[in-house]
Amino acid sequence: MTDTKGGYMARDWTRQPPALTPRYKTSLTRSPRLAKISLPSTLSEETGPVFDQNMLGPLDNDLITNFAAPGEMALGPRIIVHGHVLDETGRGVPNALIEVWQANAGGRYRHKNEGYLAPLDPHFGGCGRVMTDEQGHYSFRTVKPGPYPWPNGVNDWRPAHIHFSVFGQSFAQRLITQMYFEGDPLIWRCPIVAAIPDRDATERLIAPLDMQHTIPMDAQAYRFDIVLRGRRASYFENRPEGM
Amino acid sequence: MSKLFESASQTAGPYVHIGCVPNFCGISDVYPNDLGERMVTDAAPGERISITGAVFDGTGAPLKDVLVEIWQANSDGHYGNDASGFTGWGRQAGHGETGTWQFDTIKPGPVAHASGHLMAPHITFWIVARGINIGLHTRMYFPEDAAAHADDPVLARIEDKSRIATLLASRADDGMYHFNIHLQGPQETVFFDV
Ligand SMILES: [Fe+2]
Repeated sequence: MTDTKGGYMARDWTRQPPALTPRYKTSLTRSPRLAKISLPSTLSEETGPVFDQNMLGPLDNDLITNFAAPGEMALGPRIIVHGHVLDETGRGVPNALIEVWQANAGGRYRHKNEGYLAPLDPHFGGCGRVMTDEQGHYSFRTVKPGPYPWPNGVNDWRPAHIHFSVFGQSFAQRLITQMYFEGDPLIWRCPIVAAIPDRDATERLIAPLDMQHTIPMDAQAYRFDIVLRGRRASYFENRPEGM
Repeated sequence: MSKLFESASQTAGPYVHIGCVPNFCGISDVYPNDLGERMVTDAAPGERISITGAVFDGTGAPLKDVLVEIWQANSDGHYGNDASGFTGWGRQAGHGETGTWQFDTIKPGPVAHASGHLMAPHITFWIVARGINIGLHTRMYFPEDAAAHADDPVLARIEDKSRIATLLASRADDGMYHFNIHLQGPQETVFFDV
């Protein structure tokens, strides 16, 4: 290892959801109650799986066609989602693997545990993936997902959202989050969104409409930037020679 | 240098399979296989091992919708893709009826640590599911390495020594390592704030 970078900066728990958020009922029995053990990052967290652009299929980043029968397309408002994956020091993260999943335009997931009465779209699977380029940029094409009701309170609705799973350059950066859409009145009523304790941190998960990248007569665009954890730029790290 | 803030985490939810293991949940025509389902190639040196377990909630019920990822060194204690094709990274979903999962991998070697001590052989676990707002980091250690555990700089951070047992797998008559993770209760697993 010729790694001269410092360890990961401590996670900012004022901007991350705590484990126990009672309005989101499932968190009651699935939240650890004892204090986590603080662990300055070690080699085990400062490394992570490396993926290769070559593993991606040509339709992986196009949810409109990647499940559809030949010549068919998914139903719903056509959108491009794009953005920049950065670390906390502001550097673009190249070769980050992004996996996304979502409901169809009617708010229905293709999953056996799904109980919503809205219909499946025979031409929509709901998964896609893409890797960032050398500068950390990504984009994919999909349909705008519908909001859906879920069993939590008697009348809770999820705002329209796309789930994101992101691999950066290390396991310490591993992140799963959700992207919301500008102007959705359900965002501020959602107990899952409300798990985030900070207003600004929440707003950064809301993608604005991006008219500049909209394709006329074809697809609207939304911009969603993602920030992964960053390392200290320490050249005087307390490490023995040769580590 | 400008400091940005890490994006807020949100739960993986009940349908995490669609995005992360679509073949597992019946969406079989989009990707040729599920990433992380196979970790070991025939060429990889080291002892073949299997690890099985489940993640339990505060009522003692297994999480049937859990997604577990592991990250580990190779048999030499090195991380990352090596010439043998061993990736070190695995991903498995809990079984839909029982919540159990299984990883077929190799036993990792001890890993270098900044303190100069070696970290005992261990596997990093990352757990996401519905009801978990931010992915949980923990580690699994091997029961046969007790001497190395006494010198492990990470286990040394656990003040209540009785809790170290929550990070130890057991080896059963079936030859597999068994490692159950408890989110709450008297056996609550040690989780790390990395
Ligand atoms: Fe969802």
